[in-house]
Amino acid sequence: MTIRGLLGDALFLAVLTAVAVPVGTYIYRVMEGQRTLLDRLLDPFDRLIYRVAGIDPERGMDWRGYAIAFLLSNLVMAIVVYLVLVFQTSLPLNPARIGPIAPTTIFNTVVSFISNCDWQVYSGETALSYLSQWALQFLQFTSPASGLLVAIAFARSFTPGRTDLGNFYRDFVRSLTRIFFPIALLFAIALLATGVPDTLGGAVTAHTLSGGVQTISRGPVAAFEAIKQLGTNGGGFFNANSAHPFENPTPISNLIEEFLMALLPTALLFTFGNYIKNRKQAWVLYGVTMGLMVVLLLVLYSAEAGGNPILQHLLKVSGANWIGKETRFGIAGTSLFATLTTAYTTGAVNAMHDSLLPLGGIVPLFQMMLNAVFGGVGAGLLNILMFVILAVFVTGLMVGRTPELFGKKIEAREVKAAAAAMLIHPLIILWPSAIALASAAGLAGIFNPGLHGLSEVVYAYTSAAANNGSAFAGLGASSPFYAITTGIVILLGRYPSMLLMLYIAGSLAGKKTVPASPGTLRTDTWTFGVVYMGVLLIVGALTFFPALALGPIAEQLAMLAGKVF
Amino acid sequence: MQRGISYEGVYRQALVDSFAKLDPRVQWRNPVMFVVEVGTFITLLLSVDPRIFGSTGPGARPYDIVVTVILLLTLLFANFAEALAEGRGRAQAASLRRTKSDTVAHRIDESGRPMGDAAASSLRTGDLVRVAAGELVPADGEIVRGVASIDESAITGESAPVIREAGGDFSSVTGGTKVLSDWIEMRVTAEPGKSFLDRMIALVEGAERQKSPNEIALTVLLSALTLIFLIVIDSLPPMAHYLHSTLSIATLIALLVCLIPTTIGALLSAIGIAGMDRVIRFNIIAKSGRAVEAAGDVDTLILDKTGTITLGNRMADAFRPLPGVEAAQMVEASLLASYYDETPEGRSIVDLARKQGVDVAPDVLVGAAAIAFSAETRRSGIVLAGGREISKGAVDVIKRMALRGAGALPPELDAITEEIARAGGTPLAVIDQGMVLGVIHLKDIIKPGMQDRFAALRRMGIHTVMVTGDNPLTAATIAREAGVDDFIAEAKPEDKMRRIREEQSQGKLVAMTGDGTNDAPALAQADVGLAMNSGTSAAKEAGNMVDLDSDPTKLIEVVSIGKQLLITRGAITTFSIANDVAKYFAIIPAMFVATVPALQALNVMHLTSPRSAILSALIFNALIIPALIPLALRGVRYRPMNATQMLQRNMLIYGLGGVIAPFLGIKLIDLALTALGLAHI
Repeated sequence: MTIRGLLGDALFLAVLTAVAVPVGTYIYRVMEGQRTLLDRLLDPFDRLIYRVAGIDPERGMDWRGYAIAFLLSNLVMAIVVYLVLVFQTSLPLNPARIGPIAPTTIFNTVVSFISNCDWQVYSGETALSYLSQWALQFLQFTSPASGLLVAIAFARSFTPGRTDLGNFYRDFVRSLTRIFFPIALLFAIALLATGVPDTLGGAVTAHTLSGGVQTISRGPVAAFEAIKQLGTNGGGFFNANSAHPFENPTPISNLIEEFLMALLPTALLFTFGNYIKNRKQAWVLYGVTMGLMVVLLLVLYSAEAGGNPILQHLLKVSGANWIGKETRFGIAGTSLFATLTTAYTTGAVNAMHDSLLPLGGIVPLFQMMLNAVFGGVGAGLLNILMFVILAVFVTGLMVGRTPELFGKKIEAREVKAAAAAMLIHPLIILWPSAIALASAAGLAGIFNPGLHGLSEVVYAYTSAAANNGSAFAGLGASSPFYAITTGIVILLGRYPSMLLMLYIAGSLAGKKTVPASPGTLRTDTWTFGVVYMGVLLIVGALTFFPALALGPIAEQLAMLAGKVF
Repeated sequence: MQRGISYEGVYRQALVDSFAKLDPRVQWRNPVMFVVEVGTFITLLLSVDPRIFGSTGPGARPYDIVVTVILLLTLLFANFAEALAEGRGRAQAASLRRTKSDTVAHRIDESGRPMGDAAASSLRTGDLVRVAAGELVPADGEIVRGVASIDESAITGESAPVIREAGGDFSSVTGGTKVLSDWIEMRVTAEPGKSFLDRMIALVEGAERQKSPNEIALTVLLSALTLIFLIVIDSLPPMAHYLHSTLSIATLIALLVCLIPTTIGALLSAIGIAGMDRVIRFNIIAKSGRAVEAAGDVDTLILDKTGTITLGNRMADAFRPLPGVEAAQMVEASLLASYYDETPEGRSIVDLARKQGVDVAPDVLVGAAAIAFSAETRRSGIVLAGGREISKGAVDVIKRMALRGAGALPPELDAITEEIARAGGTPLAVIDQGMVLGVIHLKDIIKPGMQDRFAALRRMGIHTVMVTGDNPLTAATIAREAGVDDFIAEAKPEDKMRRIREEQSQGKLVAMTGDGTNDAPALAQADVGLAMNSGTSAAKEAGNMVDLDSDPTKLIEVVSIGKQLLITRGAITTFSIANDVAKYFAIIPAMFVATVPALQALNVMHLTSPRSAILSALIFNALIIPALIPLALRGVRYRPMNATQMLQRNMLIYGLGGVIAPFLGIKLIDLALTALGLAHI
């Protein structure tokens, strides 16, 4: 670790926070229909959309209405994109004459992009036409918007006296026109300036100095890149994702991408603070979550900067673990990126996570297992609040009142839904991992035997379940077995828990708000922040302790003991 | 309770019940312990035939047997906790049942003519019965004729007899109580088996016990946690198999049982029963666990001023003669006017006068006659032999008398009256032969210790509202003195109801006490309605708790008991979940160290062997249940403080303590096992 690296991280997080707070308030104003900067320009545009689509933006929906609109719109978009991918060869914008895509790959890809996961079992540059890339890019706008809306609907359930959760279609239009389009546009231009290409021209052929012939893929990358990060999508234009020099050419572009993926989930905590009219609550949740992420960042950074003791001993060298990293980002830039992309469940990578040292590899895995270290756009906030509900329920009794959260009583109905939501995550990670390790089809995809192979399988399903999409690599993920099973896990990681949270929102919205008194458990204190962290770590993380112990923890301990696999 | 309850035999009975409760149909109701039972059954099968689920390593049988025994003990400890809590309730019920011997009822018809005797158990609602002195009241009912003193000690434990009479708020009688003097004719209001006593017995026995809402919610969460750990354990054999290792089934079950929240699962129902039991010990009958839980949640207490905040009676505090009237003259007149007044107010006036050195010569009273107080005249006094009439009464009444007589009224009268009212007192004017002499200042005496209790309530975040018929000025003064937050002055019965609705519409939970029939709607509307046993049966029917001592201040204790119940539940849940950290560190390295030797580094407690590690964790998990039974039954100590302080305190004890305690406990058990040579069983 270097002082410069640490200072850089600190500065980055400070700037992120400073921008996230006003952006959080901006999101609140947009979603609640208050005046914002772009109104004059966009209001007529919004009205046109409402008129064409036949939307009455004033009609509020209950949780069922909101859930149905959410599911239906996602289904329709998935079908459209599915058709584009299936008929890729007959559709325009295919300058490289790329052939058809395998059916299991199409299933996996559509599911993965509609769910904000962006797990990729294909190579973008060789498997997809520009139109197909655009279709996926379309989902990169709508899937974070969908996640954001469910979180907003949940936040609305705490507004005293409000019984509806808002109008999904109005929220959808406004979130896209006021939040995702403008910010993505702004940063696409910034990325262009750093050298990211954006063209509809096909691949170019280059003749190298040594006389070889090279086909260099390119495409409309800059626009893709901005929303890939802003929407915590993470699905790259190229197979190498943000390690590819056209996706992420310089340390500056690297910083921009890191900033973009962290922006909205961080801001949403403050948006939530606006909704419950309690800024301190937002700061407490932000504080403990950021604290945890910083600790994990330092673990990862120090592990990678420290290097591999076995190699150092054998080769009599010292230095960091440079395997699988891009020198232009450095150890600090890579560590921060790897931490952020798994904390915010983006899944973009600028290095091979498979090549991280075991301890460094635990950090991404651990963050995705928690799934509540900020998390993806909307989904992360929902997960945090799910654990807040559980923490309030378990410990809230200790103040001598039946539990309540932001003035709403938490009763059997809410606990049932929150407990079910909590169950999903371990279920869809551990069971599929066990199945993969016990079946021939699963074992066939494991390229590294032993403990590391186990880590790879667990990583794959964890990444799918957390809707992260980053890969540990070293796994034959494109085989039909993994394409189908990860696809199912992705869907189960996305929709059931969101529906359960909407159900809770519906239940809470109907309840009276109990005014706070000195006897009420205050959740906006640092005491509660620590309690929340304790519940998150014990309930959310210990579940995975056996799997971690058999995978990366065992690897790390073995490495320290001088054993290689 | 003063009733003699013998707990002898309770422990023995609980021991027997612990085995009876092993019935899977009983365990099924508690998902956490049901999983333990299934696990026990599996390890039992393994103990019989180690190869029943496929092959196992050599020497597994002793280990399987030990695991089975510990699991069985875990189940028995859990059953014992519940059986003990129930047993204590049953012991109380038995003492109640002793009073419920079948008595003979003298039935009468509508006009009071005898209709022959019948067994009390044959009485139906609407039957008329006559009960004479020395007889037991055969059923719950309302007195239609007569007045009698009744010994209610069988129900309340209070030995002083109470007066019950037809009409008004004191007309209800309870079956099993005894008429001491006079006679009553009563109409039966409860079917046999549904009397107050019957319901009380059912309640303390726990026969009608239903899980309260919070208990249900907690059970849901505990079931979910159990499911999660089932998923975790399920996924381990394939992972181990992939690493070319097999896991013993007994070890997997041991890990599962250690991780699922057995501590709270075992104690949850005992905590609930004990909470109800604590209420009963306090001589309050709560009709449901829901009511006790709601008591912990109460935001607003609505309290009657008289009898709750102040002593029932006002006391004379000062004599305020009008200008031109000798002080001694006024005091003497006041004393004479109160001489035959037997009310506590009257006695306090006599006492105060005597304390000031004024008394009357006995000869003055020869031939004197008393003027009794009545609701119409609103005054009382004395007519002396010579015809001199002295009265005291409400200021407006006395003013009217004065205007009829002398005509003129001193202007200072109103000033003094208002001054007394503003100070929270009740003015009582004294008139002698048509001339107003002065005003007696009657003062409400706030019950000792009330200020502290209201301060404690405020720290707990509970808003107190005093209800009084006094004028706003008086009410405000008493409210300030007692330290209540708010008051309703000149209250009519419907005002209570309105206030309750208002508070509830803001999402608050309201508790109140009441005894009169016109309190019944409000008692029913309130989230916690504590009816006085001395009150009407309508009030008792409407409230969800009945205070057998008829002491309205106990509402405050009820709130504490409710909070204590919830805190105990939360504390043991937190403790139970926090325990998992140490258990993971004991069992995970033990399970896999053979496959991945490097995992020995996770054995932070340096436990002797994998088997001793697993057994130590399992034994700790079993022993912690009986260790916490006293806490579950007694409840976590509750002191009024704000929620954040309480959370900090309880998190330190039960959260952090719950993380640390098993590290120490497991290590100690491991040392013991090693010393006994059982580490390599």
